[in-house]
Amino acid sequence: MLSKRIIPCLDVRNGKTTKGVQFKGNVDIGDPVEMARFYYENGADEIVFYDITASSDKRDIMIDVVRRVAETIFIPFSVGGGIRTVEDMRAVLLAGAEKISVNSAAILNPDLISQGARAFGNQCVVLGMDVKFVGKRPEIPSGYEMVINGGRRPMGIDALEWAQRAESLGAGEICLNSIDADGTQDGYEISLTSLISSNVSIPVIASGGAGKPEHLLDVLTRGHADAALVASMVHYGAYSISEIKSFLHSHGVKVRNTW
Amino acid sequence: MIAIIDYDAGNLTSVARAVTYLGYENVVTRDVRQVLAAERIIFPGVGAAGSAMTSLKQLGVDIALHDAFQRGIPILGICLGTQIIMEYSEENETPCAGLVPGTVRAFSPDLRDADGARLKIPHMGWNRIELQQEHPVLAGLKPSDEFYFVHGYYPDPLHADHIVGKTRYGIEFASVIGYRNIIATQFHPEKSGHPGLNLLHNFCHWTL
Repeated sequence: MLSKRIIPCLDVRNGKTTKGVQFKGNVDIGDPVEMARFYYENGADEIVFYDITASSDKRDIMIDVVRRVAETIFIPFSVGGGIRTVEDMRAVLLAGAEKISVNSAAILNPDLISQGARAFGNQCVVLGMDVKFVGKRPEIPSGYEMVINGGRRPMGIDALEWAQRAESLGAGEICLNSIDADGTQDGYEISLTSLISSNVSIPVIASGGAGKPEHLLDVLTRGHADAALVASMVHYGAYSISEIKSFLHSHGVKVRNTW
Repeated sequence: MIAIIDYDAGNLTSVARAVTYLGYENVVTRDVRQVLAAERIIFPGVGAAGSAMTSLKQLGVDIALHDAFQRGIPILGICLGTQIIMEYSEENETPCAGLVPGTVRAFSPDLRDADGARLKIPHMGWNRIELQQEHPVLAGLKPSDEFYFVHGYYPDPLHADHIVGKTRYGIEFASVIGYRNIIATQFHPEKSGHPGLNLLHNFCHWTL
């Protein structure tokens, strides 16, 4: 049987990781390559890089990061942020990433998903979704709405309908981020995760709200997630990936526990 | 020199990077002469069988691969490469290279786990190998080791003695195939952490 995946997420701006990370030892906390190596050695199943570089003329910096990561770690990793065209996708994939993730650019131009899937295969295209609970209304039957710009801009699109449409367009996986839970460390949005995961046939990575191992147990069981994204809870040294995995394993969740 | 065959079937840089990391000289090539001159061959690939096979034939690499196989050159198949070395794939109803007797089959869309829950396709993520027989390229494998898979089709060798390892995902399928000088994995050793690197290292030393 497949193991549930634990995936640290690193925000990168101008080639440097942005969150202050409290690693023991001599890890350069600003270097995404060193951080990726640290998590790789600690049992991460995959790594997500999110490029928050504001200006597009600095894209080459991220490509260089991707290349150096690919020379250093031998597990899959994906790159999101600022990918708007098939050529952007190609550059990141050729530099060594397994997958690219598209979010707001796919909402504004859904063809981007099918173009990427045709060019590189569905397995390469991850749909990033930022979702906010707004309550059920006619145009939002699930009660969950797609938002962009960090949650500031509601798009009037139902999250479940968008997830299913993206799957039919060729998305190979969904990274589902709850704007409401994001940054709270109070736990993932279980009902949202369960709703989406139970109604698509592609894997769903739960994102937003992880603060302790119990939260991962909850989203990987009741939430029916295939994988869980972690950020602050590992970046600030409160938990290690291997500790989280031991906890999950002892509660009957199948995880990869040798690497 | 290790030749990593490039036949327009996905991104081969990660395979080359892993082999380079391990310290072995390698070349990513579509040149038939380089394939014929290689001491070992890695035959990777991601994508669909139909277009991969068309491209392989256009490049003439299918013939070079057969030639290397007959001469006993060690060959490592990975993912789509492992499917292409079989005789036939249900994907795009494609006649394949035919180095190993057997067929490539699609996972049933109604695949279920032991508890009856529907399983997602493709089979994507980390899973284990149940070794069916010893093989030098699998030396050092621990039962708890896991490997990274991404596939919607799986190889089904005609002869059970060609199955080196099996993996469970709703059904049991052949995840490692061994036949003469071929060893072939449905998973991606280049993306499977230390157990995967160990397998690649073993392959780079394998003598028949």
